[in-house]
Amino acid sequence: MLGIEKKDLRLLIIVIALTLLAPFILNPFPEGSEMAQFNAGYPDLMQRFVIFGILATGFNILFGLTGYLSFGHAAFLGVGSYAAVWMFKLLSMNVLPAIILSVIIAGLFSLVIGYISLRRSGIYFSILTLAFAQMSFVLAYSVLTPITGGETGLQLALDDPRIFGVSQTATGNIPVPALFGLEMRASYELEIGSWLFTLNAGYYLSALFLILSFYLAIRIFRSPFGMMLRAIKSNQTRMSYTGLNPRPYTLAAFVISGMYAGLAGGLMASMDPLAGAERMQWTASGEIVLMTILGGAGTLIGPVLGAGMIKYFENIFSKINESVLHGWFAFLPDGLENFVVAVIYPFVGRGWQLTLGIMFMLVVIFLPGGLVQGGQKIAAAFKRKKPEDAKPNATEPAE
Amino acid sequence: MDQLILQILNGLDKGSAYALIALGLTLIFGTLGVVNFAHGALFMLGSFAAVTVNKLLTISKKVVDETRTDFLGNPLQVDVPYIYDLFGQTAGDVIIDWSVPISIVFATPFMVAIGFIMERGLIKHFYKRPHADQILVTFGLAIVIQQIVKYFYGANPIPTPAPDAFVGAFDFGVILGFEPNAISYPNWRLVYFFFSAFIIGGVFAFLQFTTFGMVVRAGMADRETVGILGIDIDKRFTIMFGIAAAVAGLAGVMYAPINSPNYQMGMDFLVLSFVVVVVGGMGSLPGAVAAGFLLGILESFASMSVVIDFLPGINQIIIYLVAIIILLTRPRGLMGRKGVMED
Repeated sequence: MLGIEKKDLRLLIIVIALTLLAPFILNPFPEGSEMAQFNAGYPDLMQRFVIFGILATGFNILFGLTGYLSFGHAAFLGVGSYAAVWMFKLLSMNVLPAIILSVIIAGLFSLVIGYISLRRSGIYFSILTLAFAQMSFVLAYSVLTPITGGETGLQLALDDPRIFGVSQTATGNIPVPALFGLEMRASYELEIGSWLFTLNAGYYLSALFLILSFYLAIRIFRSPFGMMLRAIKSNQTRMSYTGLNPRPYTLAAFVISGMYAGLAGGLMASMDPLAGAERMQWTASGEIVLMTILGGAGTLIGPVLGAGMIKYFENIFSKINESVLHGWFAFLPDGLENFVVAVIYPFVGRGWQLTLGIMFMLVVIFLPGGLVQGGQKIAAAFKRKKPEDAKPNATEPAE
Repeated sequence: MDQLILQILNGLDKGSAYALIALGLTLIFGTLGVVNFAHGALFMLGSFAAVTVNKLLTISKKVVDETRTDFLGNPLQVDVPYIYDLFGQTAGDVIIDWSVPISIVFATPFMVAIGFIMERGLIKHFYKRPHADQILVTFGLAIVIQQIVKYFYGANPIPTPAPDAFVGAFDFGVILGFEPNAISYPNWRLVYFFFSAFIIGGVFAFLQFTTFGMVVRAGMADRETVGILGIDIDKRFTIMFGIAAAVAGLAGVMYAPINSPNYQMGMDFLVLSFVVVVVGGMGSLPGAVAAGFLLGILESFASMSVVIDFLPGINQIIIYLVAIIILLTRPRGLMGRKGVMED
């Protein structure tokens, strides 16, 4: 069905189910209960989950398949955001043209950068992409202020032309991004018992794009083109000896993953119509690398999981403060309680990045295939019976 | 003319920091073949070593001064550093004032130890893995080091003053026959330049004129042959890693008065130092040093107002621009050796 194998179809269905039911799955605790602060089912965070999922999926097409480690991917995200906000300023508040333009602009931008950077490989490629991204960042921050808004970022204003829409609403406010009249911030609140679920229009639009891009990623992974990209990773020299030129393939992969990043940037601007230069900084690129590796580079589902995990850490895990910890360990004797809290505290709350860094190192050292590989190992340990024949799995990590 | 000299001088101190970090990076890369993304974190650790020594020296006890009163009329409590008890007040003040240079004594063994632990504990296991894995694991290590420092010292920059003797500026204009104050240059930056020149010279002399250095150079050229000759080259490379870490750390110690240490400073320098290493040529020590000074000076030339009026924003991208051009036209960098990291 849909031109993909049964195994991939199952994966796709899992992703569809997870994204569509996310508002319910992520809100397991009743409203007002002590654990409610760990509910991640609010629109802002869910949007971030899927948008960064798209971003990491795209990055994985480049890094996971070809092995080219780009340290400048955030630049495409930033360019996409700027393009989308400019569409909102000039054309109308409809998100569709904005997203399409941001994909196109990011694609063109990555074509130029990719054409130059892909002349080298290995660490030189990483440095070249890093240099281009840093250049875009500092230029967007300083000289290009008329286009990018500089330090304050690019924002909408009341006197923007918006030739197909209105400059301001009847009440004199800036109009909000919408899809043919459906406002992105519109939410339907569903109350079941003491649970409160928020179904947000913007989230479901992003989720739709995530499903589409995930499907596209499956098709790319399984296509002859994807095979070529894997060949580049395993042995580029041998590939060129067989009479194939790797350059067009790597460039295509680079542009595709740049367009994914542009899509993510466009969606980000559609959810919240402003764009800032800090989205392009190299630490942001580093975050994309972290997500992909943590989840599992070269696997299909890994990057999405990694993105979700890092965003969950950043927004929810970081809220655990000392008093919450004391609440958890209240059953221990006082001295022991204080000791346990003192030991754990540096790793949670504001120290979440420390935990993240340690986890990332452990994954790189012991699980080059990321958490997905870890999951596979655990699964294999439980059903020892058929060790190897069950392996030609869709999500086998590329070495 | 005086503007030109001033810009060269301005470029020198930034260039010295780039050169020192790039030198350490190249030492690690040339000996062990590892791309160390945690090198910026080592630089940052050095800076915080200076902060720590300063803090330790000024640990104080409260003493009630009967002769003065605070605003409530009670006897004033004065902080008296313990160091006064040991050396007396005048000597104690001098020691606190010179805390940054004194830190060098403590930072060197500390950084060498950190280097040893890093190499033996982590990097050792990554020799056979692809460069991408080395980049990733050291990147993770850099995050961990940063966060640990952030946990203990907070996120704000900590001002660490230079000794009083070096505060102020040195007037080059008078010496060179220009107007007074035409070319004035902060004293500490001058110290930094001479310090880095000293360190760079020391490392080169060590490699060039000692038996140990000779073995290391032989190992860089052909590791296997040196091994076959019965020399434990791994042990010497570990020591070189320690030295490289110490070079980065000392660069950080002395940079503390120029740029108040904060936990992210390492990352900012790391990106630029990698660009420097690549421009100089992977694995070439003279290349790293030359490229460091060259890019530092180019950067300060690009920030002259004449240039900025002509090409706005050039001062911020010049380094990256030069790196891109060099990488595309001279694949081995300025002085890269044949056969080192040629894709």
